[in-house]
Amino acid sequence: MTFMKSVIGAAGALALTAAAALAEPALIFDLGGKFDKSFNEAAFRGAKRWSDETGNSFLEIELQSEAQREQALRRFAEAGANPVITMGFAMADPLTSVAPDYPDTKFVVIDVSWLDVPNIRQVAFAEHEGSYLVGMLAAMASKTGTVGFIGGMDVPLIRHFGCGYAQGAKAVNPDIKIVANMTGTTPAAWNDPVKGSELTKAQISQGADVIYAAAGGTGVGVLQTAADEGILSIGVDSNQNHLHPGKVLTSMLKRVDVAVYDAMKAGENVETGVFTLGLAENGVGYALDENNEALITDEMKAAVEEARQKIIDGEIKVVSYYENDSCPVLSF
Amino acid sequence: MDRMPQWADVVLIPLISLILAAILSALVILGIGEDPVAAVRMMVNGAVGSTYGWGYTLYYATNFMFTGLAVAVAFHARLFNIGGEGQAMLGGLGVALVCLHVPWPHWSVALVAAAISAAAFGAAWAAIPAWLQARRGSHIVITTIMFNYIAAAVLNYMLVTALRPRGSMDPATARFPEAVHLPTFQQIFSSAGQPLFRGAPANISFFVAVFACIAVWALIWRTRLGYEIRAYGHSETGARYAGISPFRITMIAMLISGGLAGMMAINNVMGEAERLVLNATEGAGFIGIAVALMGRSHPFGVFLAAILFGFLYQGGAELALWTNIPRELIVVIQALVILFTGALDNMVRMPLERLFQAIGRKRRDAGEGAPKPGPRSAQHEPEPEP
Amino acid sequence: MSADDPAERQETAVPAIELKGISKAFGPVQANRDISIRVMPGTIHGIIGENGAGKSTLMSILYGFYKADRGEIFINGRKTDIPDSQAAIAAGIGMVFQHFKLVETFTVLENVILGAEDGRLLKPSLAKARRLLKELAAEYELNVDPDAVISDIGVGMQQRVEILKALYRQADILILDEPTGVLTPSEADQLFRILHRLKDEGKTIVLITHKLREIMEATDTVSVMRRGEMTATVRTAETSPEHLAELMVGRKVLLRVDKAPVRAGRTVLEVENLRVIDEEGVERIRGIDLKVRAGEIVGLAGVAGNGQSELLEVLGGMRAATGLVRLNGEALALSGPGSDGQARRAAGIAHVPEDRQREGLIMEFHAWENVGFGYHRDPAYRRGAVFMNNAALRADTEAKIAQYDIRPANCWLTARNFSGGNQQKIVVAREMERNPDLLLVGQPTRGVDIGAIEFIHKQIVALRDAGKAVLLVSVELEEILGLSDRIAVMFDGRIMGERLPGATDEKELGLLMAGMAREAA
Repeated sequence: MTFMKSVIGAAGALALTAAAALAEPALIFDLGGKFDKSFNEAAFRGAKRWSDETGNSFLEIELQSEAQREQALRRFAEAGANPVITMGFAMADPLTSVAPDYPDTKFVVIDVSWLDVPNIRQVAFAEHEGSYLVGMLAAMASKTGTVGFIGGMDVPLIRHFGCGYAQGAKAVNPDIKIVANMTGTTPAAWNDPVKGSELTKAQISQGADVIYAAAGGTGVGVLQTAADEGILSIGVDSNQNHLHPGKVLTSMLKRVDVAVYDAMKAGENVETGVFTLGLAENGVGYALDENNEALITDEMKAAVEEARQKIIDGEIKVVSYYENDSCPVLSF
Repeated sequence: MDRMPQWADVVLIPLISLILAAILSALVILGIGEDPVAAVRMMVNGAVGSTYGWGYTLYYATNFMFTGLAVAVAFHARLFNIGGEGQAMLGGLGVALVCLHVPWPHWSVALVAAAISAAAFGAAWAAIPAWLQARRGSHIVITTIMFNYIAAAVLNYMLVTALRPRGSMDPATARFPEAVHLPTFQQIFSSAGQPLFRGAPANISFFVAVFACIAVWALIWRTRLGYEIRAYGHSETGARYAGISPFRITMIAMLISGGLAGMMAINNVMGEAERLVLNATEGAGFIGIAVALMGRSHPFGVFLAAILFGFLYQGGAELALWTNIPRELIVVIQALVILFTGALDNMVRMPLERLFQAIGRKRRDAGEGAPKPGPRSAQHEPEPEP
Repeated sequence: MSADDPAERQETAVPAIELKGISKAFGPVQANRDISIRVMPGTIHGIIGENGAGKSTLMSILYGFYKADRGEIFINGRKTDIPDSQAAIAAGIGMVFQHFKLVETFTVLENVILGAEDGRLLKPSLAKARRLLKELAAEYELNVDPDAVISDIGVGMQQRVEILKALYRQADILILDEPTGVLTPSEADQLFRILHRLKDEGKTIVLITHKLREIMEATDTVSVMRRGEMTATVRTAETSPEHLAELMVGRKVLLRVDKAPVRAGRTVLEVENLRVIDEEGVERIRGIDLKVRAGEIVGLAGVAGNGQSELLEVLGGMRAATGLVRLNGEALALSGPGSDGQARRAAGIAHVPEDRQREGLIMEFHAWENVGFGYHRDPAYRRGAVFMNNAALRADTEAKIAQYDIRPANCWLTARNFSGGNQQKIVVAREMERNPDLLLVGQPTRGVDIGAIEFIHKQIVALRDAGKAVLLVSVELEEILGLSDRIAVMFDGRIMGERLPGATDEKELGLLMAGMAREAA
């Protein structure tokens, strides 16, 4: 038994030293998978851009199970990968227990900002700021005086989106009516385009003529139905204007790809701590391209740009949902 | 007369099934342009080539032992419990409530309480379909499947509304207090100079699962209750004749089954995650069906099959970590093994039976001059019914 | 025996079926060994033998279910290869199985054409079948309503449908496997009339049975099989039941039961106004009064399905009822707690059930496990509060195997691996050794070979002679008449009358069983 143990131990140690020669970055996709058309895919795009530019490779894994969260973190850390980039708030808990064990490894986590571990770079986005801007655009484009918001899974993060959106809309038109719905309470809500489509129809029947989808894969159904029904929609995370040219008012950009690209580019020396990327850092914004230039008038653009600058300068304060777990202008 | 020697039934058939699955998997891997030999080596090395790999393999195996035993016990009463998944989910709820709301002085006390609570929750969840089957004739396969969905919804509701810490995004409970942390293999087996099972989630509940295997074996083959469960499973009319109450056996067998499935939570919830997340069971309840089928509903077979499936899971994770084989194809490979060992049993069995018959005949023909079979063999000659 | 070989006289004619040197083995078991047989066209040929003698295997080879290891088949003089049942049908062979192969939810007509439809559309086939069915019915007295659903018609009718199926496929050779097993005496008589009619029209019929009476009544020639071998082929007219039985078993057999005159004592079982309503809400027993005394065998005669089974089930604790049942003067619970099999055993009732394979035994259990079946809570088989004392159970089994000459003498074999007779011996040994006050016996010799029948009958009589009460249910009138001290006849849930065996005969009992006479006594 002892002999077996030492043989096995030795083999394990050998495998580890062999792997330690690597110093590539590693990217851990969440359960949604690499090609989720949204969050994880944006990360992949950023990593790919880095890889194309530098010619270097990176390690990656698409998680299959909860137990693999810690496993992947540890394995990549032990293999010498640096930094280890992870996606989404579900990694927060495993990171708190794994990261302290590998003080020399830098970890990066997107959408998390509350951990107290020194070797983690926590990247959060000021989604409420970007949402504020698209909220303004929505209110200006709306003819009915009613705009809609469709969230994915009902978590504070998404309420955070919705709250910024509502504040932006109210800033343009204090009397505007905002209809808000969440797709569900489980991760399945991130990928339910059929439900997204149903909610869109329901909101249209309540008078909404611009609908903002902050719902991952579910948003595909929202954008599609909005285009079919002849109203405007707003995409999220990536630039989704091209999905239905002329039918998507704009997209709230959340530059996950940039965050991943920057982390990989910095390599082992990536700065740790909490980073919130807002309008000032170009971490969030709204998309303007040839697909929607006809929808955004110069007047609208000017108003939004003005607000953007004011937010950066601190003249306009967009209230974050996180501050006291509630939204001053919208109840969910 | 048995058509095949028992060793062939127990060893040869699973082995051939595995080899067939391996060949098909190799073709799949070849098809996407990867090297199957390297892939297998990576799976084997990753899963059983180090104490770390074993730590994961045995962690998964512990889950599958509990759910496999759950299915096996119900099988003996000819009840097809598809609800292991939901029962394990509810078991997780039981564990979480006990761990979060009681200040435990020591993990050992907490483990006992959590195991009891998990078993009680799982059993309660199995009791409703069992009662519907025994009293109302609602088919247990249908009801247990439906109860999986209901369990997911219940868990979702509990996590989202009641158990999620304020402000948390994740539909999950808070982390359990340090006092209920179960000793992992790393803590049990490592010595100062030699860390073993480093970071692996295998923990003390593995031994609980092994103990459960032994207990189920004793229950089924050594106790009066086990005798009655088997008798009922083989023949309901027979059970009625012997004064064995179908209602009682259905209820008890399903309670035990649900309890075992629920107890899985001491491994994945209490031992590994140390908090309850939404998809904590991750299909282990369904894998339990394949494990029970492959293990011929015998606890020792379940033990071996659970380790095999643990190997597949951990080996699959290693493939995902170090190769470009997509996650979906790793699932395909795992599914092929399940398909061959669980569902396509007869595909291998029938030709093999024929082969053994042919061998037997040849052997007899060779000894044709020998005296005719004595009265002993003629006594139990079968009258084969077409 | 060579002198009365019927084939010799008809040397010139071509046999309808000729088998030469057929051998077939299953694993180590030689089911058929070098069997040769000739069946002349236009005759009824019986094949008789005990269970496990190889009759069904031989016919399955002829019908293409099994492939013979060796040997040749000639149909109408032509060597024929029969790899599957399609080939058998093509060769003009039809088979009527012991267990019918009909689709319960289909009509008679649909069943007849099933698998023999012409073309893709059903309608023309059905019309043609309807016409043909009418012709066949007229020709052979095979009247069946073509539009009746199978589950709605009786077994006798279902059997006719099987025969019609074979004839529809233009069978000239008809094989019937134990055809009377499920029939009432009058249905059996009708069947034999039909068979004779078919024979007169030139069809060849092979009748497989283990009942000597049927062979004597229906066949022209008979072949006897024992342990996979053909021991003799004789003309029926030139043999006797005793001779055939000897050929079957290999030794002289006592066909009658020897027993001392009855010395009945106190009343053990008293049944008053017993009523049973089954799961479908049908009243299966409509008020029965019955007494069984110590030292007496009461035989319950009746066609299957007239309430005898339900009566045994009530007394054995398998079914709820209303009314009054007293055992040794004590009333028994008839429903709810205290009315199950365990309570009945505790009260002193032992039960040899009608269907040993589905009730009396667990076929997958070892012999020793079966010896404890129903008595598994007995303190003698118990170790502590939860465990079984398997060692004690095995020791007990070894003793019973020796005492009842159960073969093979191996307590580790599963029940399935014993022959029907030895299975029944396990049940009988288990129940009789309990020394019960009342023994319930259902169909004690169904599917049991002649040698074992003799043994089981002796045991039942011995128990009665020891002063125990015995209630016997059997569909075999011969058995009822031979064993009983008193006979009650059941029809449609009622007792039609009681007779003493010496003062009645099969004819009178048959009428009572058909509900023809009101109670005379």
